[in-house]
Amino acid sequence: MARTLSAPVTVAFDYTRSTGPVLGRFLGGLREGVVVGGRTSDGRVVVPPPEFDPVTHEPTQDFVEVADTGTVTSWTWVPEPVKGQPLDRPFAFALVTLDGADAPLLHALDVASPADVHTGMRVRIRWREERTGDITDIACFEPAPDAAEVAAPREPLRTIDPVTGIVVPVELDYLYAASPEESLFYTSLSQGKLVGQRCPRCGKVYIPPRSACPSDGTPTTDEVPLPDTGTVTTFCIVNVPFLGQRITPPYVSAYVLLDGADIAFLHLILDIPAEEVRMGMRVKAVWKPESEWGTTIENISHFAPTGEPDADYDTYKQHL
Amino acid sequence: MRDVAVVGFAQRQMQDFDGSPTCVELLVPLFAECYEQTGWTRRDVGFWCSGSSDYLAGRSFSFVQAVDAIGVIPPVNESHVEMDLAWAMYEAWLKIQTGEVDTALVYAFGKSSAGVLRRTLSLQLEPYTMTPIWPDTVSLAGLQARAGIDAGVWDERAMAEVANRSLTDAEKNEYAVRKGGSSVDELLARPVYADPLRKHDCAPVTDGAAALVLAAGDRAREVTDRPAWIRSLAHFVDPMSMGTRDLTRSPSAQRAGEACDLDGVEVAELHAPFSHQELVLRRELGLADDVRVNPSGGALTSNPMFSAGGIRIGEAARRIWSGEAARTLGHATSGPALQQNLVCVMGADH
Ligand SMILES: [Zn+2]
Repeated sequence: MARTLSAPVTVAFDYTRSTGPVLGRFLGGLREGVVVGGRTSDGRVVVPPPEFDPVTHEPTQDFVEVADTGTVTSWTWVPEPVKGQPLDRPFAFALVTLDGADAPLLHALDVASPADVHTGMRVRIRWREERTGDITDIACFEPAPDAAEVAAPREPLRTIDPVTGIVVPVELDYLYAASPEESLFYTSLSQGKLVGQRCPRCGKVYIPPRSACPSDGTPTTDEVPLPDTGTVTTFCIVNVPFLGQRITPPYVSAYVLLDGADIAFLHLILDIPAEEVRMGMRVKAVWKPESEWGTTIENISHFAPTGEPDADYDTYKQHL
Repeated sequence: MRDVAVVGFAQRQMQDFDGSPTCVELLVPLFAECYEQTGWTRRDVGFWCSGSSDYLAGRSFSFVQAVDAIGVIPPVNESHVEMDLAWAMYEAWLKIQTGEVDTALVYAFGKSSAGVLRRTLSLQLEPYTMTPIWPDTVSLAGLQARAGIDAGVWDERAMAEVANRSLTDAEKNEYAVRKGGSSVDELLARPVYADPLRKHDCAPVTDGAAALVLAAGDRAREVTDRPAWIRSLAHFVDPMSMGTRDLTRSPSAQRAGEACDLDGVEVAELHAPFSHQELVLRRELGLADDVRVNPSGGALTSNPMFSAGGIRIGEAARRIWSGEAARTLGHATSGPALQQNLVCVMGADH
């Protein structure tokens, strides 16, 4: 059995990229259903066009249209597609040299089995119906009848409105594991207890426990139960709304130094107007009802003032 | 140039690390091993450099937390590369060349199993026309393997021979995730997975961490009578796009080899996460038939992301410390289909 707690986590964000004149023209072409290649100084037509010539390092300026039919120059089978790939059933990735080009383009090829693909086979682009100017405007390649003759590259017949930017969504799934020390912390929370660990060398107490003392690198082995009372060392008033926010601003996010701990941790301070929260304020955890507890710091709904006199600055000045 | 040697090496390679993606708990014992090998404390380390990736860890600034394993009071001289351990070592070697420090401990870590590795690595690719279609690492290697087979540069039997030798050698490697050779015919009888690749042609997903210790001149001689002196070190990179590269070649590996003096190399630890890539590297580096390749089993038997290249250097250094070889080579790769390559030649002689 695993000695650690783990949970699925998805990390997602969008990359927003400017495209520049060369890729902008290529992607603009895709939006029109046209494949644009770039002619390099050695006379080759490369798709997608390289931004700079591989030999002269000059910006690519000579653009040509190539066909949307081509020949497979290499391929591999994808028996277990991963999220985000062009097809969600087994397919082939292929390098396809489009007619009129001298260098292959990488994309998916929609065939039912590896028996249906071979190097040298003729394929054509299956265009996405609604095109927006990115590489997925090419839905994939599909088998095509053998062409009698292969089209030559030609000067662009139309003016292409270049794409100036693209948005690439990234979404990654993890099974996120806590360290053994953190796992102890979260397991204890599910029993309503706060547990830290003490460095055997320097005596500092860390909560949540860390695998090693950040001061001296010693593994923190000694468990230390900690109370749920502490002192606000520093705080900020959150006024800005953001995605995923659970409380309406303004509210206070603060570092709370539990009594007996050497490191403060972040939590909410509620039950008091935001403008009255101050450094040195004494606070106590407000726990959710026990029936709602899990292995999470959210078992503590927030911290609230105890009404005690403020702590002396000297008692927490080393922990700011 | 200052004389710099590899004088310490520690590693962990495992199928599934039951711990956090920052691997702090894995790094503490690795550093302890390095201190024991060198007789140093952390105060004797002049420079620290790590290799890791936030995409692997699934959290931002994951290398910062790993610094806990060092301990930072008093503050340490520290850096990070979003690359393999071998490149962290390169940075440390340069740092020592500046004369600012005499010693360095470089480390790397990665919990590949936290996500879907072959998918996560798509984020290394050209971001406009490749990443949006998520070409996975195995597929890109498959395209390369096919290109070589079609061109007649290698065949499936040659690939199986590499795999069989690796699996056999890995039997002696306590850290190898996959081990146990059988026969080339038996391997060829196994089903094709990512046609033309079989599963044994692809490195297993591996979690792990590793550390290397570098020291200059007398500081190296204090540690051991037989330091693995770095005789030459070079790295080069090929274009990112798959279309403009001849996939049967690796010009960057060839240039890195050319920039180093490979004469007399007896053992070569090549970082080849796919069987055919060992064949490409052997050819590009021009290794003679009597050069012993990957006696550790190599990356085909365990390939912890961001440490596996540096582990090749550590394994090659170990053969010098033990007296088994007088001149060895460690190689590391990164990026799709051998895009980036680093070669490090070490010698016992001074
Ligand atoms: Zn300590």
